[in-house]
This record gives sequence, C-alpha cells and structure tokens, in this order.
Amino acid sequence: MKTAVIVFPGSNCDRDMAVALEQVTGRAPAMVWHRETELPDGVDFIALPGGFSYGDYLRSGAMAARSPILRSVADAAARGVPVLGVCNGFQVLTEALLLPGALMRNAGLNFVCRTVPLKVENSQSLFTASYNAGEEINIPVAHHDGNYFADAETLDRIEGEGRVAFRYADPVNGSARDIAGVLNDAGNVLGMMPHPERAIDRAHGGTDGLRLFEAALGVLA
Amino acid sequence: MKVNVYVTLKPGVLDPQGKAIHHALEGLGFGGVADVRAGRFIELDVADGTSDADLDAMCAKLLANTVIENYRIERP
Repeated sequence: MKTAVIVFPGSNCDRDMAVALEQVTGRAPAMVWHRETELPDGVDFIALPGGFSYGDYLRSGAMAARSPILRSVADAAARGVPVLGVCNGFQVLTEALLLPGALMRNAGLNFVCRTVPLKVENSQSLFTASYNAGEEINIPVAHHDGNYFADAETLDRIEGEGRVAFRYADPVNGSARDIAGVLNDAGNVLGMMPHPERAIDRAHGGTDGLRLFEAALGVLA
Repeated sequence: MKVNVYVTLKPGVLDPQGKAIHHALEGLGFGGVADVRAGRFIELDVADGTSDADLDAMCAKLLANTVIENYRIERP
C-alpha cells in the first residue's frame, strides 16, 4: 500500500497524517510538495492534510486548489484512487470542485477546537466501512472555516445519494444540515472537517479515527 | 488598465461576518442599520487589451467561488 500526503506551504497536520498512514500501513507515505506536477508512481491513497495552506489567502483552500499537484490529484481521483481531505484538505477539495459545496466562516465566528460527537451516516463507503450506520464516534475538530454550505438542491441530491458520510451530532459551526463529511459521486473522495488522524491512539483520548484509516487502507481485521 | 472586481456573497447565503459587523455598529450606537453584507474588493492592473472573456474567466476560476459568491467587473 503506497500512500502520499500532499504538503502545501502552511499545511500543519501533514506530519500527523503521515504518522496515521504509517501506523496503519507500516510504510511511511511519500510527502509530495505542492509544486510537484506528478504523484509518485503507483500511489493507492492520497491525503490532503489540515492547516492553513497559503495562509488562507483569498479563501481557505483556494490557492492550494490551483497548485500544480492538484491536477495530478484530480486525475488520480478520476481513476478511482481514494482521496481523503481533512479540514483544510476538505476546503481544498471543494475549491477544486472535486466535492460539492463550500466551507464558510463558522456561524459563531469562533475558531472551534474540541472533540465532537459525529454520527456515521454512510457506513458503506470505502472510508467508513469499519463503522456501523448511525454509530456515534468522537473525533476532534479544529477550524475557523468549517461551515458547510450548498444550495438546497445540492443538499437534497447528496443526501439522497448517501454522500453525507458524517454529521455533527450537535451543531458545531453552522453547517447546513450539520454535515461534517461529504463523498464524491463515485465514493472515492471524502472531505471532512473533523481530524481522524488526531484520534488514532489511546493517548489521543480515543481511537475512533483509526478505524477510518483501517477501512480506507484495506487493513480491516 | 485598472479593473475593479467586487466579490459578494450570493443572496440567501448567510454572512456571519456581516452579522458581526452589524452588531458592532449597533454597539457603537449607530441605529437604523437594517443589514450588513461583507464582500471583497480586488483591484487588477491588466494589459490594456485584456478581453472581457479573460476577466470573466479570472473571476470564475479563482477570484470568486461561484458556489457561494457573485462577482461584478468594473472596467474604466
């Protein structure tokens, strides 16, 4: 299993993501700088980490979504390679139009940083197959721009297609319908504001995030 | 040639920043403000021959996120 973490100037969860990937696969991921134009050959899983790429200039994720490596990421996603975007990575995926909607400033304007309960809405995707439908899991959030927005028609469509992967059990940031994580139509791209890589060790206070990586990386016991 | 681009949130999209500004204005004693919407102003210095189509593409591809924002281009 060959994984890659895309690193932008201003990424700050890239190493946490690398630790999670290595813990689950036994192999360190390739760290791919945003200026690269090609992904390493044979990559089977791509992660876009959290952080503040390009200082959140213009809009969160806007500049990163137009960086050279994103073309290769989009090509890989179109070939069916799993792509996980966490926090700023989710913002990048929406800005790159690989996922529907947009992430706006939190409704309360506050930076929200705490562990929150999530409801697993879709337990059939490649990222969420280790969870039970409707199960409540605890994953940390840490963001300022996590307020998910899409028009009503888009929301109805993605809900109808089972593309809402996770929902906040309680309102966190004003997100439409409390949506915390969204899949693309093919189901191989997941964006989520909560940080599963921060819940992979008992010392983190919980391991609910580990199961996402185990499912996505095909190492379910 | 200077071109002004105004990026605004689409009607119906909640604007928490505008709301906070509104509250702050009320806190300063400015009554009679019905609503505040915050946006972004971008000044471009482009070659004189830059076409409308190019300016439009700049806005649609980068300067605005058309999922949530509208834009208006003002040429001299």
